[in-house]
Amino acid sequence: MIVTRGLTKRYGRVLAVDHVDLDVREGDRYGFLGPNGSGKTTVVRMLLGLVYATGGEIEVMGRPVPSKVTDVLPQIGALVEGPSCYGHLSGRANLALIDASGHGASRRTRRPRIAEALERVGLAGVDNRAVKKYSLGMRQRLGIAAALLRSPRLLVLDEPTNGLDPQGIREIRDLLAELNQAGTTVFMSSHQLGEVEQLCTRVGIVDRGRLVLQRDLDELRAPTGRVVLRTPDADRAAALLAGRVGQREGDRLVVAEGDPAQVNAELVTAGLRVTEIGPERRSLEELMLAVTGSGSDRIDRPDEGEPAP
Amino acid sequence: MIRVELVKLARRPRSWVTIALLCGLPVLVAVFVAVTHLAPPPGQGPVLLSAVLSNGSLYPAAALAIVLPIFLPVSVAVVAGDSIAGEAGSGMLRYLLARPVGRTRLLVAKLIALVVYTLTAVVAVAVTSYVAGRLLFGVQSVTVTSRGVTSANIAANVAATSLSGTSLTPGEVLVRTVGAIAFIAVSMLGVGAIALFLSTVTDSSLGAAMGALAALVTSQVLVTLNASASVSPYLPTRYWLAWVDFFREPILWRDIDRGFAVQGVYVAVLLAAAWANFATKDVTS
Repeated sequence: MIVTRGLTKRYGRVLAVDHVDLDVREGDRYGFLGPNGSGKTTVVRMLLGLVYATGGEIEVMGRPVPSKVTDVLPQIGALVEGPSCYGHLSGRANLALIDASGHGASRRTRRPRIAEALERVGLAGVDNRAVKKYSLGMRQRLGIAAALLRSPRLLVLDEPTNGLDPQGIREIRDLLAELNQAGTTVFMSSHQLGEVEQLCTRVGIVDRGRLVLQRDLDELRAPTGRVVLRTPDADRAAALLAGRVGQREGDRLVVAEGDPAQVNAELVTAGLRVTEIGPERRSLEELMLAVTGSGSDRIDRPDEGEPAP
Repeated sequence: MIRVELVKLARRPRSWVTIALLCGLPVLVAVFVAVTHLAPPPGQGPVLLSAVLSNGSLYPAAALAIVLPIFLPVSVAVVAGDSIAGEAGSGMLRYLLARPVGRTRLLVAKLIALVVYTLTAVVAVAVTSYVAGRLLFGVQSVTVTSRGVTSANIAANVAATSLSGTSLTPGEVLVRTVGAIAFIAVSMLGVGAIALFLSTVTDSSLGAAMGALAALVTSQVLVTLNASASVSPYLPTRYWLAWVDFFREPILWRDIDRGFAVQGVYVAVLLAAAWANFATKDVTS
């Protein structure tokens, strides 16, 4: 669906994107992660033909971008760096204008399509008030509605749940999952890891312009082979499993290897109480912290941290 | 896309407010002049205003002369400066381009909307001031000479003027007014082209509009200086007032032609620059 090879963007002396090789497959729910200023938005803009790459190639739905980007854009719904609207017009009027811009959208079906898009994002009952009076969450929903207007095959969403409350986040997550079930590929950038963890099937992580990791989420979160357990009898448990305990923090023990059921049986046979036991899985957060540095919004004094790139 | 741009222009309250203000100023002037009967003497004050007291059908031309130096260029520069920079500033530019709207297509649609706005503004001023002129000053025949317009009254009193003057029929006044409107519209398009180009350079519509006005002020200053006489034929505002020559007998085509030519070159060069810049630019707004 999206393939980039050696994608590079240089702004003057700053290398914003450095040889990124993305591979988003049809049907993926792809989470594009990275600290602030790591080049996520620049990549998204290059995919949509808004920013021209300094080097490398992009292919979206098999067509080269930016040379043939107008062929594929009608099948892409995009939300880039927050929603935008004409503040003095109503939500419906905004969608109508957006839909009428460019060609290819039928005028006859415009009304029902707008109604459907509004329904999907939970704005079906919206009145005629101007968008400038909308709350942040309503604008976000309107932005997503605009991306859905033409039933796209690919959704490119930058921070889709920004400004939404937990209920709204849940609704949008369900909506995206539903669209994905129906065949839409979802490519979303986010730094809300929990959200990506719950929705995405595949993640790519960028750090300082480089793609440092790109894999299926299930693979990443596969059990590490270690066992984590909690027990009120931590001292005795540590003694029993001596040699196999990797780490210990209070009542939490990490057993270097073994099957949770096996370890559990051992402990219980020895008369030890176990509150919690299971295979260790790495959370996305741990992964992120392991593979990325701090974002560009943190600027340390030169003598304390490493110098800014 | 052109239709969409026109809809946007029409649904923007600002478009109508500026046109209303443009029309309001000449009406205000007409009311003052009609009530006091104190027209500026010929050669002083706004062009042609001295002649309107006795003849209302010339008032459209006088009204254009009133709004031409500041108000018309300001409103055209604001609309043109907003065209690309305004979309960038509101964040809509990225969504339009991702729609997709081709960059060239968007620029052309903006340009057409700008032309429509300029023509609407100029014609609206002409029409409202014609009505105001008819109502407040009445109509008499217009006499024109090689020195310009004199009113019928003055012509009757001053034999010398009426001898060399030719009376214009209402039809001829209309044709000449249309000529003047076309000339002014093209001059304003020159202003619009400057602002449109700047609008592709910056993301601030205010900056683009102000930049265009700064260019005009610079040009106006240089036009009045003898020291810059060598460049003055190429300055955008050099021939702005040449449309007055439509109200001479015979019509003095020299400056009118040059005015059209200078504006044509400015419009062509600036639009080409705007296109070249916009089509290759990274949209990061």
